[in-house]
Amino acid sequence: MRIWRWLVALATLLLGRRARRRAQAEQEQRIVPEGRPERRAETVVLVLLGIAALFAIGFIVTYAEFSPTGIPNELLGICLGMALAFIAAALAVVAKRLVVSEELEHDYPEEHPEEQEEIAELVRESGSRITRKRLLLGAGAAAGGALGVAALTPALSLGPLWYTDPLDTSPWRRGTALVDENGRPYAAQDVEQDTFYTAFPQGADPEDIGSPVVLARVDPSQLRLPASRAGWAPLGIVAYSKICTHAGCAVALYRKPTFKPLEPRPAFVCPCHYSTFDPAAGGTVIYGPAGRPLPQLPLMIDGLGSLRAAGNFSDRVGPSWGAVREGGPK
Amino acid sequence: MSRSRRIVLVVALLVLGAVGLAKAQPQSGIVRPTQEPSTATLQLGAQLYAGNCATCHGIAGEGVASPRPGAGGVLGAGPPLRGVGARAADLYLRRGYMPLSSIHDQPLTNRVLFSEKEIQSLTTYVASLGGGPAIPNPQPGQGDISEGVHLFTAHCAGCHQIVAQGGFVTGAEAPPLHSVTATEIAESVRIGPYLMPRFSTKQITDAQLNSIVAYVLSTRHPANRGGWSIGNIGPVSEGIIAWLIGIAALVAVCVILGERLRS
Repeated sequence: MRIWRWLVALATLLLGRRARRRAQAEQEQRIVPEGRPERRAETVVLVLLGIAALFAIGFIVTYAEFSPTGIPNELLGICLGMALAFIAAALAVVAKRLVVSEELEHDYPEEHPEEQEEIAELVRESGSRITRKRLLLGAGAAAGGALGVAALTPALSLGPLWYTDPLDTSPWRRGTALVDENGRPYAAQDVEQDTFYTAFPQGADPEDIGSPVVLARVDPSQLRLPASRAGWAPLGIVAYSKICTHAGCAVALYRKPTFKPLEPRPAFVCPCHYSTFDPAAGGTVIYGPAGRPLPQLPLMIDGLGSLRAAGNFSDRVGPSWGAVREGGPK
Repeated sequence: MSRSRRIVLVVALLVLGAVGLAKAQPQSGIVRPTQEPSTATLQLGAQLYAGNCATCHGIAGEGVASPRPGAGGVLGAGPPLRGVGARAADLYLRRGYMPLSSIHDQPLTNRVLFSEKEIQSLTTYVASLGGGPAIPNPQPGQGDISEGVHLFTAHCAGCHQIVAQGGFVTGAEAPPLHSVTATEIAESVRIGPYLMPRFSTKQITDAQLNSIVAYVLSTRHPANRGGWSIGNIGPVSEGIIAWLIGIAALVAVCVILGERLRS
């Protein structure tokens, strides 16, 4: 019963306001004849804006559902694109059907304040055929607001609010064998200088962000590893995560000097933004936008001469985010 | 001034200008023995080496570790050539990588300054310095292009781009491969010139190398389905099509929204 009363009160208020506004409008002398109200066009605009808001919300939901890894870019793109397209369609309908457009064929009135006022009035009156102005404004605000929030959503990935556990786990454990893409173990003696290899943990998912490592052999006399990593590079063989710490691309480039005195030292290079990492110095960044070294995987050689991990990575694997330096890989 | 005098003056100025230009140029010419055609291959190689290579690579291919002024005041430094064999000499000379105009430059494809006979002589001489691998003889006909694209993606495309258009690595240029011969591809893979990694037969077998060569050669004549391929550089062509359709769509929207000016 109470709800019913509220509804009646609301309806009275709205109708009363409209009646008052119409009375006001009739008092003024109009230049542009009042356009015929187009309630159908208004409804179309409301529906279009509503759909736009739904797509914007869809963007936020998609982001939250799949974050932080495996976000389907296609879905995000469709949501964002559709939200913008429906807002554009709504604006097009407003422009074509709801705004009265009139032309005054005068010269530009420079010293005629009256005519300037007329133009101002013209502009004011051109929106006058809209009957549900507040509702339309509300719908516009809803669509625009949802889109704004959707655009801000990815900023949450900068902080630890979101679920980042998959980035923390690594399939490497002490004793995990290093295998090539066909599952064959790497023998230490097969790893040569002046070239590089990609290795995966035996028995783990190679698609896992923590799986792939780049493998290279550097001259043991050139090694400049931190003291805490002594023994991580048997025979000068080093392994680092293949995922660039900048934007998560695969570090697929290796360079080595042919003539050491004049050419740059060996380095892993990421093809996306040319972050360059020093394999002899614990994967430190020597060029490019990466903010932290490539995580290093400690190595050991088993009784059969094959390469095995001697523990987990030195740091978290993958692209960097706000709290990446807090805590380590699991 | 009479007409003939004027011509004499112009000719004299031209000659002077040419001499001046020649003096201003860095020393990049080839030094040749006077009796070249009648010299035996190995001996010609030794003479050419002494005249053109020894400043940077040492008198007998022992290398020059730190830059020092050589013939004509040009700074010389370079890796030893003992043991690099005919394979490396053949690649560096046929691509025009050598002679290098400055020791700080990356050896890049250049005009070949030596004649065919000179290249063979130098190659024989370099091989005589300390053995080393012979010029390889890849058989792209025995290779498998689909295996080749897989191997190329894994080992080469990071720098040289998936259809071998070339690219960059910090500190060097990865050259495009469209003018490289099968032999030169095989040589480069095994040698790893400049900053390129070196791939041994343990990493890439000779059979796999045939497939890589077959793939690189095939990238020059890709199977295009029609239309403008735009150099087969990947999704850019699709992007351009989207862009053209996009522009048409935008124009259509403008036409719908806008009103023609009544005059």
